[in-house]
Amino acid sequence: MSSDWPLWEVFVRSKGGLAHRHVGSVHAPDAELALAHARDTYTRRMEGVSLWVVPSAEIVASDPDQAGELFEPAESKIYRHPTFYDIPDEVKHI
Amino acid sequence: MATVAVDPRTEVLLRLGDDALVLGQRVSEWCGHGPVLEVDISLANLSLDLIGQATLLLGEAGDGDKLAFHRDVLDFRNCLLVEQPNGDFAQTIARHLLYTTWQHMLLQRLQQSIDKFLSEFAHKAVKEVAYHRELAVDWTIRLGDGTDESTRRMAEGLDWNWRFVPELFAVDDTLQAAIDGGIVPDPRSFEEEYRSAIGAVLAEAKLAAPADQRPILGGRRGHHSEHLGHLLAVMQFLPRTYPDATW
Repeated sequence: MSSDWPLWEVFVRSKGGLAHRHVGSVHAPDAELALAHARDTYTRRMEGVSLWVVPSAEIVASDPDQAGELFEPAESKIYRHPTFYDIPDEVKHI
Repeated sequence: MATVAVDPRTEVLLRLGDDALVLGQRVSEWCGHGPVLEVDISLANLSLDLIGQATLLLGEAGDGDKLAFHRDVLDFRNCLLVEQPNGDFAQTIARHLLYTTWQHMLLQRLQQSIDKFLSEFAHKAVKEVAYHRELAVDWTIRLGDGTDESTRRMAEGLDWNWRFVPELFAVDDTLQAAIDGGIVPDPRSFEEEYRSAIGAVLAEAKLAAPADQRPILGGRRGHHSEHLGHLLAVMQFLPRTYPDATW
């Protein structure tokens, strides 16, 4: 039965102001029950204040075979990191 | 060990506490046997909510563990609906729909009880039960308006449990005294609302209301169906066989 149900990716926002984070997936016949299953599976211990469910089939993923051309070019471009500034001592929390 | 309730308040605590305990134990029988993993977890959550409610109510009525594990079947004050067997998933959902719709309406009103404990209890439990009812409604609609097989099973599940609904609205002298004292609401005051709420769910599920059957009463006086004894045997076995066990 479960294998007949589509898969949904579950995102939980742990508290106001933070972003939703991917926590896992559930099977469910439709969106409403996907939310119920997500609630029962992933927020049993007060983990969240907000839930998203997204049909897994709707997620477009990058191709692992293209990892080289997609991500490696960024490796040699350290000037894209803001590491060349002198931070005054008085500035905290950076 | 006979537990004769001494006053209407204690009796109310026992009735609501035993409802929650017995339904919680029943639903827990699904643990590890749910139709799919996600539903298994949902059902276990429902069960834990109910056992938590029972712990509060029976703890207020007396020694909660003693009341739960060392009372015999004739001393239990739960309604007959909650002790009915799980049957298939649809029958379990039918029972949960019929009971938690009533329980939710009761708790909404119980928040205004003059009794501080019951009022605070209702504030906490009403949110849990709102979710129970919503889940039962969701599943009733999906099974009722689903395949031929799920429609048949949902109708049969409702049919099994239907005759135990009138007991939820029966008022005996003890309950009347509690109502008069402002401790609990009169269930008859929301009987119409209950009927139309259930009717609306059945309409959306494209199910006909079951034909009214001869009502079966008696749970509140300890006259239970044969099913409760078997449930208690499983639930009470460990603490009765090993009274010194701790965990």
